[in-house]
Amino acid sequence: MSFVSRGFHRRHTEPGQEGRVPPGQYVTTDFPVLSAGPTPHRPLENWTFSITGEIDEPLRWTWDEFRALPSENITKDIHCVTKWSKLDTRWEGVSIDTLLDGVETSAEFVVAFSDGGYTTNLPLADLKGGKAWVAFGFEDEPLEPEHGGPARLLVPHLYFWKSAKWVRGLQLREDDEPGFWEGYGYHNYGDPWLEQRYAGD
Amino acid sequence: MARAAVRGRLTWQLTEVVESIEETPRVKSLVLRAPEWSGHRAGQHVDIRLTAEDGYQVQRSYSIASAPEEQSLVLTVERLDDGEVSPYLVDELRPGDQLELRGPIGGYFAWDTSAGGPLLLVGGGSGIVPLMSILRHRVAAGNNADVRLLASWRTAGDIIYGAELERLGRLDGVEIIHTLTRDAPAGWTGRRGRIDEAMLGDVGWAAKAAPLSFVCGPTGLVEAVATGLVALGHAPERIRTERFGPTGG
Amino acid sequence: MDAELVLDGNALAGVFSELFLQELTVAQGTCGACGLTGPLAETRVYAYAPGAVVRCPGCGDVLLTIVKEEGRYWLGFDRLRCLEIRGDAR
Repeated sequence: MSFVSRGFHRRHTEPGQEGRVPPGQYVTTDFPVLSAGPTPHRPLENWTFSITGEIDEPLRWTWDEFRALPSENITKDIHCVTKWSKLDTRWEGVSIDTLLDGVETSAEFVVAFSDGGYTTNLPLADLKGGKAWVAFGFEDEPLEPEHGGPARLLVPHLYFWKSAKWVRGLQLREDDEPGFWEGYGYHNYGDPWLEQRYAGD
Repeated sequence: MARAAVRGRLTWQLTEVVESIEETPRVKSLVLRAPEWSGHRAGQHVDIRLTAEDGYQVQRSYSIASAPEEQSLVLTVERLDDGEVSPYLVDELRPGDQLELRGPIGGYFAWDTSAGGPLLLVGGGSGIVPLMSILRHRVAAGNNADVRLLASWRTAGDIIYGAELERLGRLDGVEIIHTLTRDAPAGWTGRRGRIDEAMLGDVGWAAKAAPLSFVCGPTGLVEAVATGLVALGHAPERIRTERFGPTGG
Repeated sequence: MDAELVLDGNALAGVFSELFLQELTVAQGTCGACGLTGPLAETRVYAYAPGAVVRCPGCGDVLLTIVKEEGRYWLGFDRLRCLEIRGDAR
């Protein structure tokens, strides 16, 4: 490849960010919106969050019940497979540990499911131990619909397609089942530090 | 139904910027010398590819503004402030620079004189670019299909190709209608407000004229116009649409 | 705001040209969910670079997905039941 466009440069990484930015990523101060489909608009009175599958009694919270659970403020870097990273993003949400508190299960895997039909799969271990939340607030405001509101999954240690927007629940499974993008070419696990973007990486 | 055109694989080709014309403060037309260009149909587009020294590449699509009859290949680009490619094309690129592109691309949103008329061309903002290619082709080919072009802009200062459209509007069988959705200057004699079914019924062709309609612009405009035309009795299969998005930056 | 994110099948013409000899945006697709038939150019395309999700303009179900990365492509087939392509007879 010999041709170079005179005067064209990639977006720059901010100085002092080395070590925080996974390989192949650049830092942005925007918050790009990427969607696999139209934004759902579910009224809160119809919203529930469920835990189903390998569990004795499925669990379900209405919006009011969900918001009555203890929540936390979370500050994390997030990394999108489309190569942008956003540092020190601030969220408010309920830890998955809180939602799974007291749940006994033989499941090792989870499929998170959302309004609009989107799904994504993860090992259950990646949702526990303070690594994942159901987030309803971003930057001190209610999470906007285009960014996944009223609530989205937040799993910052994996590429952000795993942080399913408009999440409605988790299905606990003994076997691993690829979600939407995992079945269509993205990597099954998605560790940004190993650049696991696509199937076979 | 249009026949698919069989052709060889499109390859990336180098073109040279001959001229960069300011259409509005945010919009430039790039006149390109393209020695490997195989020709195009009015309404088609190209993919542009930029390559940085470290090998980083980015690609975007832009509609061809020029008629197939013209010597040079012309692209018209609107600068999106947070775009990655359009600021380079509008602010940085200058005559003598090379630009890598491939094309022509797209068999659906294209018009040849053999398809006939009358034509209704409806566009918003940079959606006018492929419509301009169609209009320029109709004129350059000496074709006499009747054309009505309805263009929607925020303000008069946003009008692209204003002088040329005024000149073309004086030709037999060509009618240009502008509508402004925000401020209008004193003495404005064009339309006001967003394009809706009522405006289409007023300025467009009657359904019984069975025009070919080409609609291009942001999704909201395209959907409103396509819905409006169908409600006025136009056959859906004679309406061609192309949505532009902010992702084309 | 949401309406701005959706393109149409015209946006697929470039990537199709890398994979197929025929111009596919004029090919007639049939949705397996609702039965609607129309040119691929009229599908709703949600650009999720490097992926694209192609949805039926009638019922919104996913017809196809396309992911491209440096010479590797993944075509996902969901509700696109049938594609009619008219080309030159060979």
